[in-house]
Amino acid sequence: MTYHVNFNFIWKYFDKLSWGLVLSLELAVACIALGILIGLAGALLYVDGPRRLRPLVTAYVEFIRNVPLLLLVYLVFYGVPSVGGFKYGPTESFIITLSVYAGAYLIEVFRSGLDAVPRGLIDAGKAIGLTPFQRLLYIRLPTMFRIVLPSLSNTFVSLFKDTSVASVIAVPELTYGAQWINFSTFRFVEVYAVVTPMYLVTGYTILFLLRRLEHRYGVGR
Amino acid sequence: MDLVIQSLPFVTKGLAITLQVSALVVLLSLLAGVLLGVALTYGPWLVRLLVRAYSDIIRGIPVLILIFAVYYGLPALKVNLSNLTAAVAALTMFTTAQVIETTRGAIQSIHHGQMEAGKAIGLGFGQRMLYVIFPQAVRRFLPPWINSVTDAVKGSALVSLVGVVDLMLAIQQVIGRVYEPMPLYLLGAAIYFSINYSLSSLSRRLEQRFAYVRE
Repeated sequence: MTYHVNFNFIWKYFDKLSWGLVLSLELAVACIALGILIGLAGALLYVDGPRRLRPLVTAYVEFIRNVPLLLLVYLVFYGVPSVGGFKYGPTESFIITLSVYAGAYLIEVFRSGLDAVPRGLIDAGKAIGLTPFQRLLYIRLPTMFRIVLPSLSNTFVSLFKDTSVASVIAVPELTYGAQWINFSTFRFVEVYAVVTPMYLVTGYTILFLLRRLEHRYGVGR
Repeated sequence: MDLVIQSLPFVTKGLAITLQVSALVVLLSLLAGVLLGVALTYGPWLVRLLVRAYSDIIRGIPVLILIFAVYYGLPALKVNLSNLTAAVAALTMFTTAQVIETTRGAIQSIHHGQMEAGKAIGLGFGQRMLYVIFPQAVRRFLPPWINSVTDAVKGSALVSLVGVVDLMLAIQQVIGRVYEPMPLYLLGAAIYFSINYSLSSLSRRLEQRFAYVRE
């Protein structure tokens, strides 16, 4: 018995894949945005906040970084509603999970970014009489963002890849679309021959665009 | 709490599989990754091109897709792997790509004068690697490598999706029977956490041990 390669089914159901890819991208964008908010809050709390709260931030970061994403996805989707007495859809639940996940990684990124802001800039801000809040808003944050831009791009691309895990709770993103076609047509080889390049091309295109952005706004080496 | 205790023997079996899968992946990818990493740094251009392509492609696709592609895709090409073998193969492919990059970075961080000095005193390539480059590169290699090891342990949870009864799937199965998700997920999280946290603490200790300047 030989396997006959036949791409017809893939093209027939291609909308599952194209819309899946769009949803994957949307998830990644939503999660990087929320992740940046969490990351900023956490990093500022760690650096500028009261010292007693530091272990809290550390605990959050270490917990998330040392537990598999898959388990977190299950925990938030099946575990939390079972104790909390409320329900949400798989997509909302996944966005919460991946944002919290991204937030933990971004706290580390922003923390080292804030540390890397040159001392002289902050002193200059003090010298011209900026308040601590003004120094944060006009000096530390803009400089930090320019410094961490490369890490942000990498985080974004890896979040895009991580959205594939959403398929396990039936969020109809790209991997879910692939599995759906698989189990309706059993065209495994063709599906992966199409889906893998879709991830690759999208991922590297994003990275290429972000690298150009870094070139424009990043801190030159 | 009773529930957690009752489920422990079952969960422990899963944990054994998780540890087994992780250990296999880490060992195999260390061997392949260091070898290919050296090839990427010193090989002829064709070899470098191939290794570079392998590494960039593998790191560009989600691990989950890789696992599914190996498990569901290969049988059509007449390669039948059990789910455990397929999962280990896919995870190894992925971790190998990371080890390749770590190795390349570690080797390139060593000043090329070291290599030239080795040549000057008449050492062969293997000797230069073994006695000159590797001992110095180890301290640059270890921290990111241990990161990959924890990634491999975390990634091993994905093998549950092709039906390998690892820690993750064992927990899912217990939940399927008792309908008490939260305590069991927390138990699972605690187990994964203690494995990975001890690995990363080990990494910090090793970093200090291998640093030039000890504090």
